[in-house]
Amino acid sequence: MDTFGLLAQGLLTALEPINMLYALIGVTLGTAVGVLPGIGPALTVALLLPVTYKLDPAGSLIMFAGIYYGGMYGGSTTSILLNTPGESASIVTALEGNKMARNGRGGPALATAAIGSFVAGLLATIGLAFIAPTVVKMALSFGPAEYFALMILAFMTVSAAFGDSTLRGLTALFIGLALGLIGIDLQTGQARLAFGIPDLLDGVEVTTLAVALFAVGEALSVAASKGGDSTIQAIKGSVWMTREDWRRSWKPWLRGTAIGFPIGAMPAGGAEIGTFLSYSVEKNLTTKPEEFGKGAIEGVAGPEAANNASAAGTLVPLLTLGLPTTATAAIMLAGFQQFGLQPGPLLFATNPQLVWGLIASLLVANLMLLVLNLPLIGVWIKLLTIPTPWLYAGILLFATLGTIGANSAVFQLNVFGLFSWPMSFELGMLLAFGLLGYGLRRFGYPIAPVVVGLILGPMAEQQLRRALAISQGDPMILVHSPIAIVLLLLAATAVLLPLYLRARGRGKVLAQLGASED
Amino acid sequence: MSLDNQQQEKRRPDWAALAIAAALFAVAAVIAWSTASHGAGANYARVGPTTFPYVIAIAFFGLSIWTAIEALRGDFPEREKQEISPILWIIGGLAAQMLLLKVAGFSIATGLLFAATARAFGRGPLWKTIPLGIVLAFVVYVIFAKGLQLSLPAGPLEHLVF
Repeated sequence: MDTFGLLAQGLLTALEPINMLYALIGVTLGTAVGVLPGIGPALTVALLLPVTYKLDPAGSLIMFAGIYYGGMYGGSTTSILLNTPGESASIVTALEGNKMARNGRGGPALATAAIGSFVAGLLATIGLAFIAPTVVKMALSFGPAEYFALMILAFMTVSAAFGDSTLRGLTALFIGLALGLIGIDLQTGQARLAFGIPDLLDGVEVTTLAVALFAVGEALSVAASKGGDSTIQAIKGSVWMTREDWRRSWKPWLRGTAIGFPIGAMPAGGAEIGTFLSYSVEKNLTTKPEEFGKGAIEGVAGPEAANNASAAGTLVPLLTLGLPTTATAAIMLAGFQQFGLQPGPLLFATNPQLVWGLIASLLVANLMLLVLNLPLIGVWIKLLTIPTPWLYAGILLFATLGTIGANSAVFQLNVFGLFSWPMSFELGMLLAFGLLGYGLRRFGYPIAPVVVGLILGPMAEQQLRRALAISQGDPMILVHSPIAIVLLLLAATAVLLPLYLRARGRGKVLAQLGASED
Repeated sequence: MSLDNQQQEKRRPDWAALAIAAALFAVAAVIAWSTASHGAGANYARVGPTTFPYVIAIAFFGLSIWTAIEALRGDFPEREKQEISPILWIIGGLAAQMLLLKVAGFSIATGLLFAATARAFGRGPLWKTIPLGIVLAFVVYVIFAKGLQLSLPAGPLEHLVF
């Protein structure tokens, strides 16, 4: 069947009333949580994962997709009105968007962000639908060696290529890889790094790690630094865009999409790269350069479109190869795995209804978000006025809720051999990783490589050992095919080129592109 | 002598970053030791269950040396001054919830976390925020445990109502 047929069938699944309801709940929750300051899409998805535990796989994943897109929309509202981008991909939006809001043009800024996100989401989702079958066909010819090379490339781009330090990126990645070792080895059943604690045999939960690093770590570092409060910009004047605004917005939307989607689709990590590129493109092409830095609408329209387009783009490697390239995608992968589903070429063959239903529901969610965001913007802004103490108290409440819900096992804490006290094991992990997250933030380590390393590490190890089992131990199998060689060379470039650039004092650009959160 | 100069001298060597290097070294040692003490087993394949841990241990060892070098050169980014008491409040709240969850149930344990977090951000007094937190946590319990069938531990409060 061709793509159109599959997509149409997917739309039928997505348009079933119950699935529409799931999508609606997903986008509403996603927007509501995404709007909250300090919460990016990765944390939004991790926090809301437990809500979907008891649903059927299709409904749950559709709700999930809604949460993902909703979180992206919500994030842009925060950065425009509050100038505290909830995620690194919104930093650029904050640059011009907050200036516009200060000039009393907050309404049009929000509108161009929302419509631009819609246009980009629509085009990028269609792009996803058309590219996916091709990638799947290619992926079917991949052996373990090619998969291993692909994962090495993903590791290197996520950790070392961007950000302000190769060392700290790699350290974060290896922390994730080490955490991934904990538990029972999948191939031999041998316990590794469990230290005799039975609860560790199941390994580290991705959601616990993500929630701890993002929510607890963030709460600790915000509480400890007592930063100055940002002021919310009230929306004055018309919410709607003028004819002039439309004229200046539509080209940046399309250019942003064209920049963002390929970057997201390649295993090249975060959405922020696309947003920075789009911003500089718009700055060079604008007819009103004097407005840039003071609230140029192009500077909101382009990057917002790029942001959303690359968010849809990251679904290409995630769905077709099972390869997460951002923290958000890593948590989405965990969402699949809770139903025993492994994204990848096989999923397209064994469960086409689910995959295409999911892709189609992205289109539905996107449309819902446009309707939800433009007229109801006043409701979401109210969420911004929640005082910080209640906000973080609430965030931790929900963070621990999800953690307990995922694993309510009780651990008998032995107090000096005198008596034993029942404690929640998973909350102990949450606390430990929360402190780790605070330490990482404090010393400028990126967070995303830890999460990606945890989920992708065991997969990479499995592929490596499978490859070596096929070749009976001959390591040359890793470079036996041109595809594997090219991927490994790209991975090496991703580490060595930034090192060279930083040594030559050109590190500033890379630091700007750095993936700090998502 | 300018202030800049003083700061630079103070940052070199960076003791906190050296501590990170030591921690990375310790992780390398723990992984290697743990793998070596369990490793004897089915080692029929050249790349068995112990290979990856050893590779990661070696990587940690290398990263610790690299970190030490950057620490000595003062390459780590500047850090803001931090306040300790809010951190202790949040850690205390999480620890209290962890220890009381089984005994006191979800609502009471989580209510304490809520109040402790609010206190960390300067909102009090505790005699007001603790009951507020417990009520909120109880509402969440009803929605998630009863509505969405999430398994949350019940305590005296939950048993009283249900």
